[in-house]
Amino acid sequence: MELDSAMMSRMLTSLTLVFHIIFATVGVGIPVMISIAEFIGIKKKDANYTLLARRWTRGFTITVAVGVVTGTAIGLQLSLLWPKFMQFAGNVIALPLFMETFAFFFEAIFLGIYLYTWDRFKNPIYHWLLSIPVVIGATMSAFFITTVNAFMNTPQGFDLEGRTLTNVDPLAAMFNPATPTKVFHVVSSSYLTSAAILAAIAAFAILKKNASDYHKKALKLTMIATFIFAITTAIAGDLSAKFLANEQPEKLAAAEWHFETEKNADLILFGTLNEDNEVENALRLPNALSFLAHGSFDSEVTGLNEFPEDETPPLWIHYMFDLMVMLGMYALGVSFLYLLFSKLKKWNENNKWLLWLIVINGPGAMLAIEFGWIFAEVGRQPWILRGFMKVAEGATTSPHVGWMFILFLGLYIVLGGGAISVLRKMFKNNPAELELEKRYPDVAKRGGQK
Amino acid sequence: MSYEMIGITVLWIFLYGYLIVASVDFGAGFFAYYAKTTKQDHIINQLISRYLSPVWEVTNVFFVFFFVGLVGFFPDSAYYFGQSLLIPGSIAIVLIAIRGSFYAFENYGSKKSNFFMFLYGATGLLIPASLSTAMTISEGGFIEETEDGVRLLTGELLTSPYSWSVVFLAIVSVLFISAAFLTYYASKANDQPALELMRKYTLFWGSPTIIASLTTFIAMSQHNARHFENMLDLWWMFGLSVAFFLGALLLVYQQKRYGLAFIFVMFQFFFAFFGYGAGHLPYLLEPFITIESSVTNEAMGLALVIVFIAGLLLLIPSLILLMRMFLFDAEYVKGKK
Repeated sequence: MELDSAMMSRMLTSLTLVFHIIFATVGVGIPVMISIAEFIGIKKKDANYTLLARRWTRGFTITVAVGVVTGTAIGLQLSLLWPKFMQFAGNVIALPLFMETFAFFFEAIFLGIYLYTWDRFKNPIYHWLLSIPVVIGATMSAFFITTVNAFMNTPQGFDLEGRTLTNVDPLAAMFNPATPTKVFHVVSSSYLTSAAILAAIAAFAILKKNASDYHKKALKLTMIATFIFAITTAIAGDLSAKFLANEQPEKLAAAEWHFETEKNADLILFGTLNEDNEVENALRLPNALSFLAHGSFDSEVTGLNEFPEDETPPLWIHYMFDLMVMLGMYALGVSFLYLLFSKLKKWNENNKWLLWLIVINGPGAMLAIEFGWIFAEVGRQPWILRGFMKVAEGATTSPHVGWMFILFLGLYIVLGGGAISVLRKMFKNNPAELELEKRYPDVAKRGGQK
Repeated sequence: MSYEMIGITVLWIFLYGYLIVASVDFGAGFFAYYAKTTKQDHIINQLISRYLSPVWEVTNVFFVFFFVGLVGFFPDSAYYFGQSLLIPGSIAIVLIAIRGSFYAFENYGSKKSNFFMFLYGATGLLIPASLSTAMTISEGGFIEETEDGVRLLTGELLTSPYSWSVVFLAIVSVLFISAAFLTYYASKANDQPALELMRKYTLFWGSPTIIASLTTFIAMSQHNARHFENMLDLWWMFGLSVAFFLGALLLVYQQKRYGLAFIFVMFQFFFAFFGYGAGHLPYLLEPFITIESSVTNEAMGLALVIVFIAGLLLLIPSLILLMRMFLFDAEYVKGKK
């Protein structure tokens, strides 16, 4: 592997995205959870939920700040590291990029208002209404940016005559074949991951301290949300696989180590490849790949051997794909167990083992996001714009990218460390029970008498 | 009006917006730190944090708007600026990232630490300095195009008197704009000690602003005669700019109508900035790209304009709501909410 400018640009972009996606994901999902909690608090007149929304919002301000600045970083790095790609993309896919700034602007304005107006309205429903534009802005941002990524996978909406672009259709570019499934998958998995992380925090608090009403309610709410979003994410994942099978078969084939085009294709779980690219040590689910790809067990799935070797992605993405799916299934399973336990009166949904499984699910879901994005991006290799521009053609020729990599690595260490230490301090010195007592003394008393 | 003229006008207005709101923010960071080191922080820091807390992200978005819009309307600029600005651009990102996140960390999180205040003050001056590089290289003479692509002539940039005069101008303008705004904000909050202090700062930073502008003019005449001549043809814009500057100083000096004084400062920079920008045309980056040569295709141009108008219809009411709740809500400004 040669460390030229293109390779270094890939590494720096990966570094920024691996870091940014953590904050982007919770940035899309947590507003939804906040809005739900505040609404339940108002409807049930239960201050526990209101406090939940307040405390989540406080933590959210920290993650959103890191999300904003790293988002600015990737926005600029696109032009700094991939100038030729952006020159091309600017002509065809600039529209959603531009709209994303509007969506984000909209969100930022209302988040600012939401943060500073908790006690400014007589009727609390007005404050809740302010959360709606935040939710819409966050989700629309995800939608617009994802259309750009979708465009990189299945570009359309232009003709290329030599080196000149003609017949540009910005809307066709934006609503390309990859857009529907990708947007669905990204938005749903962001909601899922945010709920899973908030659930992990609540479960951890119950394990470490006494199970207070506040934490139990938090856990129940977030677990229900995890379950719902895990189902929608599974559906989105299935639709994404079917999309890949039809529109981007080399990506699915590489993810599944599926070399020969055949009917009744097996689904391969994990395993290793020997020197002749034969699969060993794997778990095989007979005919399952055909079903995943086209919805019937005997359908034909295109294999990797149909494509020129220099236009197929590296085969290690198979592990990324499998890990993503496993972790997604884990989220579905754990949240189902919790709900089952809470329905059956005899079983205790707050037992230690189950709580630990829920704690693990938080980081697990975030890892699934990381693996999923690595799969999505590496799975498009060698293309930056599938079929039109290879990664190396889009990169900067500046020789200084290596130094910038070190600079940004330092930045992300400082930002990550800062965010963790501030979040810890924020909640450690101010436990929920204490804050409940201070802000809503009546509720705290009632809770204590139970 | 052609798409390139619409595009550049929209972008220039956004950049002007960023210039104003970011200057207020950057300068406030410096003043907060300066006040802390001279033990005057009890006077103004409350005021500064009440203004900044709700708006810092909005400031950042103006900037994002500008560069995303630039790539959209003039895709070729992504190539030329992207290739040449890797280092100054990355430094600016790092500074903006540190400033934004640590502001949030400190404000929503832990107690005020000296180190955070220092970072906040220092980045406030370094960000305008690094961003001004983009303006400087757009004048030409700092970039060469070879077979390997476009590259920045770092040595030329670091030894050019023009480049340094722009840095100097950027920093003093930031301090002047910020002081003028905070004077107004203090008067609105009826905070006499803060008002006195900020008023002093405004008067103090007025003269370096004019000196730096003149220096930049002279350096420009040496560096880029074409642009300089164009600006001379637009002498009336710069004349208006100076007139508004004097008017603002007079009002602040006479201790009256601080709001109007700040509007005058905005006009001062409006005319100077648009005079500079109009003289810059048709080039975006001399001599490589003009607005005509780099403008996007018609379909994209139309789409961007439509989205822009729709976006404004959405944003302007929201911004008015934000301002009414924080900037112009007298009770909030006074700290009663």
